Amino acid sequence: MCTGRVDLEHVLRAFSKGVDGVFIGACHLNECNYITHGNYHALTMVNICKKIMENIGLNPERLRIRFMSGAEASLFVESVNEFVKTVKEIGPLGKVEGINKNALKAKLEAVTQLVPYIRLVERERLRLPFKSEEEYNNFFTSDEFNKLFNELIVEKLAISQITSLLRERPLSAGKISEYLGLAPSEVSRYMNTSSRQGLVRYDEGRNCFALA
Amino acid sequence: MDYERLLCSTGPYQGEILRASDLKHPHKIAWIQCVGSRQVIEGGNSYCSAVCCTYTQKQAILTKDHDAGAECVIFHNDIRSYGKDFERFYERTEKLPGVRFIRSYTSIVKENPETKNVTIRYSTPDDGVKEEEFDMVVLSVGLNPPADVLDLAKKFGIKLNPHDFCNLNPVNPMETNRPGIFVSGGFQGPIDIPESVFSASGASSQIGELLDYRRGILSKERIYPPERDVSKEDPRIGVFVCHCGANIGRIVNVPETVEYCKSLPNVVYAQEQLFSCATNSAKEITDMIKEKGLNRVIVAACSPRTLEPLFRDTVREAGINQYYFEMANIREHNSWVHSKEKEEASEKAHDIIRMSVARACHLEPLQEFDLPVNKAALVVGGGIAGMTSALSIANQGHEVHLLEKDTELGGIARRIHDTLEGLDVQAYLRDLIRKVYQHPLIHVYHDTTITGATGYVGNFVTKVKSDRGVTEIKHGASVIAIGVDVYKPAEYLYGEDDRVLTHLELEEQITKGNEKVINAESLVMIQCVGCRNEERNYCSRLCCSESVKNALKLKKINPKMNIYILFRDIRTYGFKEDYYREAADKDVKFIRYEPEDPPEVKAVKDGGKSILKVSLPDYILGQKLEIDADIISLAAAVVPSSATKEVAGLFKVTLSPDGFFKEAHVKLRPVEFATDGVYLCGLAHYPKFMQETINQAYGAAGRALTLLSHDIVIASGSVCGVDENRCVSCGACITVCTYGAIEFYDTPQGRKARVNPVLCKGDGLCNTVCPTAAISLKHFTDEEILSQIDAAVPEEEIIQKIEAAA
Repeated sequence: MCTGRVDLEHVLRAFSKGVDGVFIGACHLNECNYITHGNYHALTMVNICKKIMENIGLNPERLRIRFMSGAEASLFVESVNEFVKTVKEIGPLGKVEGINKNALKAKLEAVTQLVPYIRLVERERLRLPFKSEEEYNNFFTSDEFNKLFNELIVEKLAISQITSLLRERPLSAGKISEYLGLAPSEVSRYMNTSSRQGLVRYDEGRNCFALA
Repeated sequence: MDYERLLCSTGPYQGEILRASDLKHPHKIAWIQCVGSRQVIEGGNSYCSAVCCTYTQKQAILTKDHDAGAECVIFHNDIRSYGKDFERFYERTEKLPGVRFIRSYTSIVKENPETKNVTIRYSTPDDGVKEEEFDMVVLSVGLNPPADVLDLAKKFGIKLNPHDFCNLNPVNPMETNRPGIFVSGGFQGPIDIPESVFSASGASSQIGELLDYRRGILSKERIYPPERDVSKEDPRIGVFVCHCGANIGRIVNVPETVEYCKSLPNVVYAQEQLFSCATNSAKEITDMIKEKGLNRVIVAACSPRTLEPLFRDTVREAGINQYYFEMANIREHNSWVHSKEKEEASEKAHDIIRMSVARACHLEPLQEFDLPVNKAALVVGGGIAGMTSALSIANQGHEVHLLEKDTELGGIARRIHDTLEGLDVQAYLRDLIRKVYQHPLIHVYHDTTITGATGYVGNFVTKVKSDRGVTEIKHGASVIAIGVDVYKPAEYLYGEDDRVLTHLELEEQITKGNEKVINAESLVMIQCVGCRNEERNYCSRLCCSESVKNALKLKKINPKMNIYILFRDIRTYGFKEDYYREAADKDVKFIRYEPEDPPEVKAVKDGGKSILKVSLPDYILGQKLEIDADIISLAAAVVPSSATKEVAGLFKVTLSPDGFFKEAHVKLRPVEFATDGVYLCGLAHYPKFMQETINQAYGAAGRALTLLSHDIVIASGSVCGVDENRCVSCGACITVCTYGAIEFYDTPQGRKARVNPVLCKGDGLCNTVCPTAAISLKHFTDEEILSQIDAAVPEEEIIQKIEAAA
């Protein structure tokens, strides 16, 4: 099994179980144990996941990938110790970010629902021809990536979170914006889109939104 | 060796570095290199022991691991990090804070009777003679022939060399003077682990050549009991927790862990074992499977890397599918690294086992595949490595297709006239080539290009274009022996001034008797040209000896010639050290330079005569040195063959950071690739001497034979499979599978992806790109992995339940 087998879903599951940090140790880039260079895929996954974490209000530093060979015990120890230190400094998951346990679970569940879609986006728009970590990092910190992420993922992510919230119980637009930490204008835009798509409906009697 | 024991967790202080005198941690440690080696004195060995430089570096790194504040000083002569990846290792050690390398002879001045500290006297160019006190001094004692070597040699009638190691046939370093008796490993001379391993495989191949007619007549087929179908049963898990002697038991509370296991869901049986890998323990496991009706087995012990096959075999013996076995690593991942935190280590053992138990519930029985083996071999490269390997395989009754890209066989050896030891390389090469052409089972292809390579272990198909036309070769094993190129220097006026040659060109000119060269008044050799630098961070290994060889030859022809060898470290390791000394004795001048301040070469006119002026700092005299040279020879780096990348792509094998082929394991599997059925030898692996190449070439043949001598190979059951109902034929999996293991098939429901299990290597990348989760890696399914993640952090109620039960 290769680091490329580590799935976004696995990482999300760990966080939804309340883990404070996830560390992925991979083979050195361009020294693939197979011939598939799956570690580059893992690097992409980590970058997308961090962006998503940022978007749903989690500290992206809770996820880290480091590259090392099986013969580099000291590097492994150093990387893990550093990471543990970072995570301890950040503090317990959700609490420091001001997200309660259930809201966090719902958010992560909403992202998990999107995993198949994110896989498509990754394949169609985010598969990179590069062969170095630097180039990957440059891309994932670039405006271009930000733009693509905003275009392709942000709205889906918000709507997915909204439907997962509404699955629990109907909510007013105000409550939704409070739960998700989004501006009311954004929420109303998402509500428009999702009701057009037939995902939610407005319950006039109760003055709130419910699943369609 | 004493220090090695100190570092070891089974050593005298359980891995703590303590002084025997007062049981205190030494903070300042000195290593003195070349003790008993490179010494022409009573009790010393004149040769270089070849391994100490790197083992000292390893010890310094481990010391820093134990105590980050430790001060390590290594007193050395030349640093001989000539092995694969050793230069990087040296660099890493050198960069550690608190590690100093000091190039100086030393003497031990005194031991302080109170503190038991030792004072060492040494000198540096900057500070002159100095004394420094250390808490501990480690002597890097060299390698001797085995103690009873004379007796052994007499018993077997084996001749020894003047150093009392085995007297080797220069063209077959595994052969002794007695036919049928072979040597491998350290008895060949002071050598490192990879060389020992490939000479062992090589010796076995030569024995195979002698005994091929009897192959297999003593072997018996294993018969396993029929497999019990447990798919309808609920999981009944048995956990065996291993003490591993003291390795685990000293840290982890094993009896308490066993009780914990019993509290876990689906665990019906748990017990401890002193060594789970012992024969009686294996018997105990099979007995318990039968007695308790277990259908899943977990051994909580060491890394699955070594012993998983053994335990899988054990559960098979009890009629359980071997993929129902799971290993929980509580040694490498736990007791070895948490020796100072015993309580936490026990807790972690609980966590690790709990995760394994969760996973075990979801395990599925898998079948492995029997693949037929095509008995022919393909050897790529017709140099000494390829030809030697081809001959050894063919001598054991297998057809060999030998591909050479050139019009004639011989490879880079065609440019070598003789060896340092005096072997006539050309005569040897002619003889080898004749044997290859005369062998009825070897088919040689010249002017070859490989146009395609497909297939898998036991069943490769390689398409080639050659002087035989376009051919499709079917073969069971491949040996890659494509050799190397020589760096074309851009430095030191090479290519601009015809008096600047490479070391190989110099050898050619000496052999031709070029008057300008052999009558030169002054000749300068510059070492490490194009390697041991940022771009090529490795040592080319051969060049020091090549330059010494050329220098000795020139001195023999023209004793009056002034020869200067400008070097960084002279790396004439092993017995080659004697020739370095001989050259120094014959007044060849060795002058050291530092990479920050390399020699400069200028062509100038001096009194109407054009000369090459070489200038460099002299660290001993502390001034700038100028040498007038008639000829300059550059020790140009050995670089990976330009075809390496292409061949790697074709045969789906990997490269090391320096661009040479990457073996499956640098020490333990140095002639195999991680790709099954593909083997490696010669310089394409890393620069090496002819003897070493021959060792490795026989080694590759030996490993290839272990495959070719069988009628079938077994492929892992942990491969991917597609749920065709979920497949939407998007092709995402096909795009990422560079093994080409997935293809579209037409089904009544449309085009669906299907995995060829024989080509699948089980990396599972396809799983993470499939938008419908239709493809899944068996033995590592999402269900199995997620269950482990879930169990890593147990729900609170489970924690309570477990606590209540405990």
